Amino acid sequence: MQAPSHIDQHDRIMQLIEQHQHLPGALLPLLHAIQQTFGYIPPSAVPAIAESLALSRAEVHGVISFYHGFRSQPCGRNVLQVCCAEACQARGSRQLVDHTRQRLGVDFHQTTADGEITLEPVYCLGNCATGPSVRIGDRILGRVDPAAMDRLLDDLTREPLRFKSQPLPPETSDNKREAQ
Amino acid sequence: MINVYVPRDTTALSLGADAVADRLEQEIQHRGLSAQLVRNGSRGLFWLEPLIEVDTSEGRVAYGPVTSDDIPDLLDQGMLDGGGSHPLCQGYTEAIPYLQNQQRLTFARVGITDPLSITDYRNHGGFRGLERALTVGASQIVDEVECSGLRGRGGAAFPAGRKWRTVLEADPERPGQPWSGHKFIVCNADEGDSGTFADRLLMEGDPYLLIEGMVIAGLAVGADTGFIYLRSEYPNAHRILTDAIARAEAEGYLGNNLLGSSRTFNLYLRLGAEAYICGEETAMLNSLEGKRGMVRAKPPLPAHHGAFDQPTVVNNVLTLAAVPYILAEGGQAYADFGMGRSRGTQPFQLAGNLARGGLVELAFGVTLRSLLYDFGGGTESGRPLRAVQVGGPLGAYLPESHWDAPMDYEALADAGGMVGHGGIVAFDDSVDMAQQARFAMEFCWVESCGKCTPCRIGAVRGVEVIDRIIANQDRTDNLTLLQDLCDTMEMGSLCAMGGMTPNPVRSALQYFPDDFARPATGNEGA
Repeated sequence: MQAPSHIDQHDRIMQLIEQHQHLPGALLPLLHAIQQTFGYIPPSAVPAIAESLALSRAEVHGVISFYHGFRSQPCGRNVLQVCCAEACQARGSRQLVDHTRQRLGVDFHQTTADGEITLEPVYCLGNCATGPSVRIGDRILGRVDPAAMDRLLDDLTREPLRFKSQPLPPETSDNKREAQ
Repeated sequence: MINVYVPRDTTALSLGADAVADRLEQEIQHRGLSAQLVRNGSRGLFWLEPLIEVDTSEGRVAYGPVTSDDIPDLLDQGMLDGGGSHPLCQGYTEAIPYLQNQQRLTFARVGITDPLSITDYRNHGGFRGLERALTVGASQIVDEVECSGLRGRGGAAFPAGRKWRTVLEADPERPGQPWSGHKFIVCNADEGDSGTFADRLLMEGDPYLLIEGMVIAGLAVGADTGFIYLRSEYPNAHRILTDAIARAEAEGYLGNNLLGSSRTFNLYLRLGAEAYICGEETAMLNSLEGKRGMVRAKPPLPAHHGAFDQPTVVNNVLTLAAVPYILAEGGQAYADFGMGRSRGTQPFQLAGNLARGGLVELAFGVTLRSLLYDFGGGTESGRPLRAVQVGGPLGAYLPESHWDAPMDYEALADAGGMVGHGGIVAFDDSVDMAQQARFAMEFCWVESCGKCTPCRIGAVRGVEVIDRIIANQDRTDNLTLLQDLCDTMEMGSLCAMGGMTPNPVRSALQYFPDDFARPATGNEGA
């Protein structure tokens, strides 16, 4: 993923503001649009958002930081959410979470050192009869036991290796890729 | 041409329905078969997903759970003729006892139609309620809803007709306010309770039913604008609703000239951003307005000062989706189902460790035991059932001694539980109830909006106190402290988040005390 240059980013943000600022209660739709575009909400966007909606920067920051779904920093190439709510707990999600943390070598809200995966908890994906459930992008997967998680992670870390053109970041000792 | 159905519902997709559909399409083409694929909603028989259905002259025949690798074999064994020789054949769908023994009013069409086809919707009785609503006065629509006895299906169970009457009679003139003169219908589709998926199943499987219900609500109270506040955890529902709203607009079921009546109803879809508290109606209204999802003190009621300070009906998806039936068949027809003051049907959701999880719509009055065993088939793990959480994360954990209480708002409350949004999460005997109690506090810690100190701070202290109890530190004193903390949260919180988090904690302590006296393992981190 090629990061847009600073100028591009500013222009794109202004464009999104233009498109959304006239909606009733525009802030959430606008923040969603910005995050959809950049993967996060660049802090540099906050003053422009505040000005366009006649809010203070503190109010905009307050909204961004209130919702678990908004991020102020870039995340990994994939965001992997594991459901931690009761119905999935009843089907083994506590074990799945432990396994996933171990396998990735990260805790919740952290990104693997190779930048591939950001691990996040989620509280219910509405797939409660066939958990444990995980979400990756806009895909929701059910009946994910540790073995299924391993297959998913293998797929996720292999695909970009085959297709992406930019060089990989250096490996770290505690974050070895699966052998190809 | 034979219709073959493969659901496009989240649960079916989560188990590989797209791969099944792709393979089926390939094989149909490859073999030159005369069949076409329809992506329907789910029947809600989730243990059988992905569930393929095939049209026959006697009704649809079901096959499930199907993987893409099963397709060649199924076709070889005559699936397209409804052949019953394959082990995955479940017989006629309508004859599967799980489905046959339900009373589906709200979910009557779900799984049968192509959710995005307006023609399908109309051919299966859709828009009859709206057509009638357009011919009667606003007050008569409200009369009909009052007569039905419909109560809010989001959890609070407030009489829907009374709420609508209040908004109908409210004066929307707010001199100087940007939205003066308007009233709103807001659909609460922030279905955050674990163990619930009925809103999602309905929005993905029959989105026009919700749209129709919202338009009728608009006609009833004089609102010209509606919002669906959908949680962002439902990307599939988002796609389907976006598409459905656009199609309904194109066909004149939304917009400035509803079915040529010169009435107006515009509908907007809004996404939440992963905040459980936004399922609380006043927090949701703040979020809709572009603010932090902080709970508002009541009064004023949203019916008087709701979205953008205007009179607003806030109803759950299932409440609004029950309305078209009530208008089409009459309030009395709906009220004929149910018991006591709980009229009509409730879509119960069987979740967690059950062999047959899914959606069960039944008249109020069925027992929890019947839902767990007759429908749910006991645990999937094969171990004994031990605890059941009813009504979401703020509902009590009920032990077996409570499973014979009828599922009725009042009767279940008398037994210490609550129907809530109808979610039922079953745990087998491997569950550690001290950990579940701890999780209730942890969840409140993560999701509290922060407005009320007993909730914001109490939840953090709650986790700490439960950890000390689990670690055998000053057990008696800490148990007293925990009860005291629960009292404070209950009495000192504006909304149910802080006020009801003690429910799961106290019930775990009361019914499963042994779990709090286990030797400490020391490996349960935050």
